[in-house]
Amino acid sequence: MMGFIWFWLVAVMIVGYVVLDGFDLGVGVLHLFLVRTEAERRTALASIGPVWDGNEVWLLAGGGTLYFAFPLLYASAFSGFYLPLMIVLWLLILRGVSLELRNHVEVGVWRALLDGLFGLSSALLTIFFGAALANVLRGVPLQADGYFFLPLWTNWQPGPHPGILDWYTVIGGLVALVALTLHGALWLTIKTSGDLAERARRIVNPLWLVLLALTVVSLFATIAVRPVSLNNYFNYPFTFIVPAGVVAALGSVWLFNRKVQPVKAFLSSGLYLFFMLAGACWGLYPTLLPATTGADRDITVARAISGPHTLAVGLVWWSFGMVLALGYIVFVYGKFRGKVDLLESGH
Amino acid sequence: MTAELIHRLHFAFTITFHYLFPQLTMGLALLIVILKSVALKTGSEQWDRAARFWGRIFAINFVFGVVTGIPMEFEFGTNWARFSRLSGGVIGQPLAMEGVFSFFLESAFLGLFLYGEKRISKLMHWFSAVMVFVGSWISGFFIIVTDAWMQHPVAYDRLPNGQFEVLSFWQLLMNPWGLLQYAHNMTGAVITASFVMGAVGAFYLLEGRLENYGRIFLKIGVIAGLVSSILIIFPTGDLHGKYVARYQPAAIAAMEGLFKTENGAGLVLMGQPNEETGQIDNPIVVNDLLSFLIYGTTKAEVKGLDQIPHDQWPTALPLLYYAYHIMAGLGTWFALLMIVSAFLLWRKRLHTARWVLWALLLSFPLPYIANTAGWMTAELGRQPWLIYGLMRTSEGYSNTVSASNGLFTLLGFMGLYLLLGILFTVLIYREISNGPEPKAIPAGVVHAD
Repeated sequence: MMGFIWFWLVAVMIVGYVVLDGFDLGVGVLHLFLVRTEAERRTALASIGPVWDGNEVWLLAGGGTLYFAFPLLYASAFSGFYLPLMIVLWLLILRGVSLELRNHVEVGVWRALLDGLFGLSSALLTIFFGAALANVLRGVPLQADGYFFLPLWTNWQPGPHPGILDWYTVIGGLVALVALTLHGALWLTIKTSGDLAERARRIVNPLWLVLLALTVVSLFATIAVRPVSLNNYFNYPFTFIVPAGVVAALGSVWLFNRKVQPVKAFLSSGLYLFFMLAGACWGLYPTLLPATTGADRDITVARAISGPHTLAVGLVWWSFGMVLALGYIVFVYGKFRGKVDLLESGH
Repeated sequence: MTAELIHRLHFAFTITFHYLFPQLTMGLALLIVILKSVALKTGSEQWDRAARFWGRIFAINFVFGVVTGIPMEFEFGTNWARFSRLSGGVIGQPLAMEGVFSFFLESAFLGLFLYGEKRISKLMHWFSAVMVFVGSWISGFFIIVTDAWMQHPVAYDRLPNGQFEVLSFWQLLMNPWGLLQYAHNMTGAVITASFVMGAVGAFYLLEGRLENYGRIFLKIGVIAGLVSSILIIFPTGDLHGKYVARYQPAAIAAMEGLFKTENGAGLVLMGQPNEETGQIDNPIVVNDLLSFLIYGTTKAEVKGLDQIPHDQWPTALPLLYYAYHIMAGLGTWFALLMIVSAFLLWRKRLHTARWVLWALLLSFPLPYIANTAGWMTAELGRQPWLIYGLMRTSEGYSNTVSASNGLFTLLGFMGLYLLLGILFTVLIYREISNGPEPKAIPAGVVHAD
């Protein structure tokens, strides 16, 4: 029971991270080719300025939660994905620094450099996060002792000895890139006005079509790569509501964007991300990290879970702490509600 | 180089660079609350500008602290997988709590403090500063709890699969080692912030510009610096040292360079430890002082390294010895400088005492060195253990990550951090050159309505 609860609590943290930092990353990708003037760029970046690092906290808090709830998974996955994780760390550093520093720099060339860096690191991060999730869904060559080490690529096939990148995980990366760019575009339609908002609204349509296609492809690819992903769905047929949710959310993105109801469209996009991730997690459960070297080597909830006292106490402070955290988050988003106004100077 | 050494260097390098930033932000958060409180009480625009100026310095440090902090949480898993697998149930807990209880709080209110001043009341802005302070000090607490458990494991049990399990959550948080270390460490952070603020004040006065701000910074820096420089020695340093002596005799013997057990052990002020001959070369010693400092009597026996099996000696003995002596030596300088400065401040002569202003200006890097050396003392003193007495460092690193992969990413971090260090220096230099007065055209971050 504790295993089931903590599995979903960790999933909640990951969903929180993707939905919230997702639009920051999406704005990062978009600002490269959507804005026309310096004022527009500043507006776009100012829309995420006060919130991005709070959004990134979800990644840290999620990592910490994973660490203490499932230490074996944390140890095995983090050391096994060593190289891509280090690249993710470097990209996170470059993204944070380039975003914050561009406002302290007045020379045009340096600004352009930082903006380019910010866009590129955001795009690569979305791809890496998508590929990371796909790696977990596909499985890794776990040894008997629960560890593994993956090269960046092998023969690009998701067989028993895959690399971080193969055709399947690349699809995962592309889904994330497009989904989060779309998410960022919808954020901009809420937070900006005039031409920029209109351009953001118009770019949603092509992105949406690509995302629809990629979503379908990724679904079938997942079933092909790991057919047992469907077991939970057939054992508990009511859970088909999750994929139905994906479809409904994606449909509402289109609908609300066409009706120019940006908040609803943005929330639908958040729901799309939620259902996609929840669907993937449910396809895995109770496995945490499948082995391509035989199902008996899978890292499962039962194998990786921490001791009972740790988890019982954890449940108390975690619930209490997250209620508090949601309180601040709602409060701060409330204070920064509405469109970005460039005339209001910051710090 | 062995994989063990690479993984140790990897963590040591990234955490040393990381801790350059939080030590300032934690201390500065407190000083900003003081500036904001005066501004709120007196309604003085000048104190508000002073607070905003330090808010900008804080913000730059905060960003660098955040981006260099994320690797720390990852490295437990990436570089220290075998350690994490067994200890996650214990130390994963405070690490997760740091995220949940501190980072959400800190980031939310920092956003409001930096970007939202025009959207909230003066009282609410002051409150945001207080919450940033609370958040950053909670964060420090959870990290210290984590480290304290590795230094002095309490309230644990071992499950059949070898994993550590918390027996009492409360005892884990209230680990006496952690409480002493926390008091000592946070005082150290206030020293860094006080010296930095005092140095900027001294810089403006020596320059002869922005003098009204220079006087504010000097006053706050010197008063906070005096209090913290005394607290760092007594009681926090004193008590912490006695605790280390009781529970990690090998560490204290190596720190003090005490190779032979003595009744009435002397305090080595200077000299080079020689591991081969088992003595201090060229020593300057104060007789009986070490016994007195630890046990309160000049004749007490202090255990030397000769009573400790050689395989339990700290592995980098001379480095540990020097780190500790540098910390202690600098701590003495801080107290002396601040006593003199505070006396002159009280006599209203500090602003014209150029030699003291110069000393204050030039001393700003020293607390960074002292804090770093202090942490090296703690972590090297724990060796060869990763969890004191329970797990050796050689048993904890990720053995699936080869030495050359570790070296590759270590070099990557070194290059990236060199770049970050340069950027940081340029940005801080510009903020200090611009000063607290608002510019004619606001070029800062522009914000939402």
